[in-house]
Order: sequence, then structure tokens, then C-alpha cells
Amino acid sequence: MNRMWAIVERELRKFLRSPALMLVSLVFPLIQLIVLGNAFGGKIRDARLGVVDQDGGAQALKIKEAFNSVAANVRTFVPVYYDDDKRATADVKNGKIDGALIIPPQYSRRVYEKEQPRIALVVDNSDNFMSSTLEQKLAELTEALNTPDVQPRVVQNVALQVVELYPYIEYMKYLLPGSITLAMFVSVMIGGGMLYIDDKARGVHEGYLVTPITKLELILGLNTAGAIKAIASGVVITVVGSLISGVTATFHVQQAILLGLTILVTSLAFNTMMFLFMVRVEDPLVPRATFGVLNTLLFFPSGAIYPINAFPKWLQAVAIADPFSYAVHAFKALLLKEAGITAIWHDLLFLTVIAAIMISIATPLFKRTL
Amino acid sequence: MIGNAKPNGGTNAAPGAPPAIAVEHISKKYGDFTAVDDVSFSVAEGEIFGLLGPNGAGKSTLIRMMTTLIEITGGKAFIAGHDVSKEPNAARGSIGVIPQAMTSDLDLTVEENLSIYAKLYGVPREQRERAIAKLLADVELTKWRTAQTKTLSGGMRRRLEVARGLVHSPKIFFLDEPTTGLDPVSRVAVWEMLTKIKEERRLTMLITTHYMDEADRLCDRIAIVDHGKLVALDTPLKLKASVPAENVIEAQFAHAPPDWERMLQALPKVNSVQSEGAGMYRILSAGTATVTALVECALSAGIEIKSLAVQSTTLDDVFVHYTGRQLRDEQVKAYAFVMPARPGERA
Ligand SMILES: Nc1ncnc2c1ncn2[C@@H]1O[C@H](COP(=O)(O)OP(=O)(O)OP(=O)(O)O)[C@@H](O)[C@H]1O
Ligand SMILES: [Mg+2]
Repeated sequence: MNRMWAIVERELRKFLRSPALMLVSLVFPLIQLIVLGNAFGGKIRDARLGVVDQDGGAQALKIKEAFNSVAANVRTFVPVYYDDDKRATADVKNGKIDGALIIPPQYSRRVYEKEQPRIALVVDNSDNFMSSTLEQKLAELTEALNTPDVQPRVVQNVALQVVELYPYIEYMKYLLPGSITLAMFVSVMIGGGMLYIDDKARGVHEGYLVTPITKLELILGLNTAGAIKAIASGVVITVVGSLISGVTATFHVQQAILLGLTILVTSLAFNTMMFLFMVRVEDPLVPRATFGVLNTLLFFPSGAIYPINAFPKWLQAVAIADPFSYAVHAFKALLLKEAGITAIWHDLLFLTVIAAIMISIATPLFKRTL
Repeated sequence: MIGNAKPNGGTNAAPGAPPAIAVEHISKKYGDFTAVDDVSFSVAEGEIFGLLGPNGAGKSTLIRMMTTLIEITGGKAFIAGHDVSKEPNAARGSIGVIPQAMTSDLDLTVEENLSIYAKLYGVPREQRERAIAKLLADVELTKWRTAQTKTLSGGMRRRLEVARGLVHSPKIFFLDEPTTGLDPVSRVAVWEMLTKIKEERRLTMLITTHYMDEADRLCDRIAIVDHGKLVALDTPLKLKASVPAENVIEAQFAHAPPDWERMLQALPKVNSVQSEGAGMYRILSAGTATVTALVECALSAGIEIKSLAVQSTTLDDVFVHYTGRQLRDEQVKAYAFVMPARPGERA
């Protein structure tokens, strides 16, 4: 086993000598945490909503009142009043306003006669996020209009004020488990993928293979070194990311131990997975070309940036097979919900089983010759 | 094939000792392509054996089979008596190998490179430091012990690799093109170092090269390899002698008379004479007697010799003789500069 440690020593010395690479594997996930955390953290504000009142009745006035209150409080949108529904529709099309609400003639009369009163919302459905926000907001409002007068505004104000208090921090916290997972994966992609294949192509492995090192020592050495590097970046991002996003659970002893355990198991799973992907690759272009794809395929379906429940069925199936999902789930439970081992043991078990499967497929595929 | 696998006088093998390296009818196929084709030879203990051949001849493939790096398609190879296919680890423990590509870790220091390999070879801790210090002195890198390998020149990196191949004190040393890519001064330095180390450590060495001068200077015996086949094997001297000798004499004379070419033709052992203008003649002769006769003839005729150059058989001639052409590199280069045919022109 001394030979195995020689491989580990070599890998770690090399790792420490090239801090640029080390930094890349840390900086990328941190930048993502900060930029995505801020970009997606906020709610839509001050969207311009055209309002065409073709009714002019008391009920139409009630709607406009509700809008003015939204504009004054939550500021999801500000109403812009139009006389002509054609001009309002044209302005939605050319982007001058983000949507138009048309209150048709006879609206008030229909309300009084309980004859299914309707208002129309014109949206630009090429901007999905904007249009669904407007639709959702108006659905809330119309629902409120259908219930007795007094309560709705109070309910709205309370519900919305909570969101207003911590919009950015909340999403950043939500992203942190994904960032930790991503940092470990980037470290594995660089170390176990790119540098590994570069070494192979440069003939470094040819040098190893003429020594009496056994296949098992070589495999264990390479994987241990890879896991150590992934653990290092996992720990650094957990600490730095917790400080940036204000997650305090990290610094409680019990959570810290469980986090360490999760980081360990995750790094083993990721590293053995990469080892299997790369076990027969010779061309240094392959890791570079596939990393974008791997990243998308593993990171996005994992629930790291959007909840899995919102996925279509097929993507949920991808999430179930994706080791990222389990790592992200465990980190979320530990960091955001301050949960204990009972909440994460099945994640740890899954990741351990993945590591065992990956290494047992890769070992027979690994050639101890060129 | 000429000659046989008999060790020459430069070795220190006991009579009847098993060869350090023995290769029997070895072949390597990549799909349909035969990279090494039924090659046999053996190398005696203490010998420096050269594999000489152009790019793509199969030299590295041969070394890689002997050093357990690739599987052997057919035939057998024995290192210090161990069949490399059956006891690869025993073979690995008794050899040092310098691959063709420079493979030292650029981010590690000179000393770290050596110590990692000492550990890979299982050199016990107490011997490690002593062995490394001695090797660094031998390859003159003691001063650079703590330097990162990326700061070394190509020649120094080669020397580091030589040291790396010897950390476990092997008796058999394989070097794949040890001086390719080095400047002439560094090449000579590497040759001198190798000769010294070889003597001191009583090594058997197998070197591949495509430099004739390197093979001539270093090797006790040379095997010429071409297209995966062994086409000749003997000592450099005998190889040169085996080629129908032809010396090239180039001489320039002041005021040569009109029948001078005919007189040169009449000199002993002359095969052909060619006038190249301005009193310059190129004479091909089959023996050394021609030069003496030429000088005497010019003296007695009162003709001044302005210049005289004699070149005897080189390994280049041997190579051309056995392969029927120059080193393939040069041919490839020549083709590379042929202009493509213009439309309407026949290629
Ligand atoms: N893995 C491989 N797959 C297919 N063909 C190969 C492989 N390795 C080598 N070859 C071919 O085998 C032949 C011999 O290659 P080899 O590397 O042994 O030549 P060499 O004599 O060492 O040449 P050089 O001076 O360029 O190092 C070449 O034609 C090469 O293309
Ligand atoms: Mg070669």
C-alpha cells in the first residue's frame, strides 16, 4: 500500500503547486452562488400593465382601486391607463407595456346580475416568466374580488410583506447546497477528468506502469487523491458559502459532523463516477468536450436551483438516478432545515451504493497496460 | 540478417550466463497492421544494444512489449530470465525504463520526482535518500534538487529521467530515444553521462534511436529495424564492413589538363569519376589505396591540389544498403513540398 500513497502524494503535491486550478474549482461555484442568488432571488417589480376600462362602472372602479393598492404596496406592476384596447394590445406586442387588462363593456352589470363577469388579460407569452407572474397576480386579485370586501387586502399585504423582507438571502440559501455539490463536481471534473487524461496523454501513466505497482494500488491511489481534493473544495465552499449567505447551521458541532460525512460520501460517489467515465478515454479533448453536457445533465435536474416537484415526469426520473439530487437533498436538510441523521441517511446510503457500483464496474475496465 | 547474437568484447558477461534480454519471434499487431513483425535477438549482460530505425519503424512498440507496457501478440520476451507475459512484476522490478516522451512531473521538484518513483519501486526508506543523493550527483543535478522541474532545460530533464529510471538500482536499463529533441551539446553530455553510469553500475542497456552517430558512438551492437522487421544486426564496425565499401573522394585541382579525368579514372580501385566543373572532381573508389595514388599522381604531374576530402562508409550507408533508402523522414519531407497539380495537369 506504500505505492498507493506514493500516487496520492504525487497528486496532492501537484494540486497544491497549481493553485490556479484549485481556485477555479472554488471560484466558479461561488460566483454562481452570488450571481444566481441575486439574479433569481427577487420578485418581478414595476411591470407596466395597461388597463382599458370599457365599462366605466362601479365594479371596474373596484378593480382599478385594487391595482393602485398593488402599485403602492407590492409594486409587482404599475397600471397604465388606455382608452383604446387596440392600442393597448399593440403596445404589448411592441414591448411598450408588459401586459394589458381589458375590462369589457357591461362588466359591472354582469357582476350585479351574477352572469359570469369576465375580464381579459393580454400578455406577451414569449416571456414566460413575466406572463405567468402577471397571470398569477391577477388570479389572486380576482379571487379576492369574489370574496367579501374587507379581508382580501389585509391578506394580501401580510402574505406579500414576508417575501419582501428577505428576497435575495432566501434564494441564496436555497442555492448553497447546490453550490457545494457543484464545487465538488468541478473539482472532480478537473482532477479526475481533465488532469487525469492529460497525464495519460503526456505519458505520466506510462511511467507508473513500468514500476511494480499493482492495478489495485493504482486505482485506489488515484481515487483516494481525487476524493481528498473534492473533500477540500466541499469543505471550503460549505464554510465560505455559509458565511456569504448567512446559513448558521454549519457552525453547530452536530451539523458540522453530519456535513463532513455527507461531503465525504459525496466526494467518493462523484470521484468513482468520473473514474468510470474516464477509465477508457485517451483523448484529452473528450473531458473538455463532455463537461458542459455532464454538468447540465447532473446539476440542473438535481433540485439545486429549482424544486424537483416542478419538473415534468421524465425529468423527475432523471433526478431520481442523479447522484447530485441526493447530495443536494442531504445538504439542504442539514443546512436549511437543520435536520439530523434520520433525514439524510437514505441519501448517504444511496451515494455509498453508487460509489461501490461505479468502482466495481470501473476496476475490470481499467487497463494496467497502455 | 547478418551476424548473430554473440556478445562482443565490450560486455562483462560470464561465459554461459543467460542473456539479460531475450526476444523470440516477437510480433505486435494493431488490427490488421503489423507494427512489429517476428523479431528475435538477445542482449548479453553488460552490453549496450541499439535499436536503430526511422519514425514508425516499431522501436517504441518493441520496447513497450519488453517492458510489460503492451501485450505481446506473438512470440516471447524474457527479462533477466523472467517471461514478461507470465511474471510481469518480476520483470518490472529488475528494469529501469525511460519512455520516449518526457514524463517528469513539471510541478514537482527534481527531488520529489525521484522520491515518488523510489516509493513506487518500493525502495526502503533508509536507502531512498542515499540512492537519490548519489543519482543526483551522477547526473549532475545536485544543485537543482529543490528546483521545480518546469524550470529545467530539456537536457536537464532528460538527465532527471535517467536518474528516475535508476532509483531502484536496476541492472537492465531501457531508453527510448534518450537524446531526441536535445541540442548537440546536450546530446554529447547525455552520451558521456550514460557511458559513465553504465560502467559504474555495470548496466545492460537497450537504447532506441534514429541517429546514426548516436548508435555508432554508444552501442556495442546495433539492430536495424524497418517496417517492424529486423533487417540487420551486428557491431557497428562489422555492419560498416558488410556494406560494399565505397569511399567518396572530393578533390579540387588548379589548372587540370584536358585528359585529367581519364588519368584519375586509371588510378587503382576507382569505380567512377565525375567532373563537377571549376577543377572539382568526385571520385568513388573501393579502397583506401586511391587517395595515396591520387596525391602521388598530382605531384608528379605538377598539378596543385586545392582541396581534398575523403569520406569512408558510415552507418548511413549501412542503413541505405539494408533498407534501400534514406531515413524515411527525409522522403516524407520531400513529398511535403511537392506542389499540388493544377487543374488540367496530370498528377
Ligand atoms: N496504439 C496503436 N494503434 C495503432 N497503431 C499503432 C499504435 N501504436 C503504434 N502504432 C503504429 O505502429 C508503428 C510503430 O510505431 P512505434 O511508435 O513503435 O514507432 P517508433 O519506431 O518508435 O517511431 P518513432 O521514432 O516515431 O518513435 C507506427 O506505424 C505506429 O503508427
Ligand atoms: Mg518511438
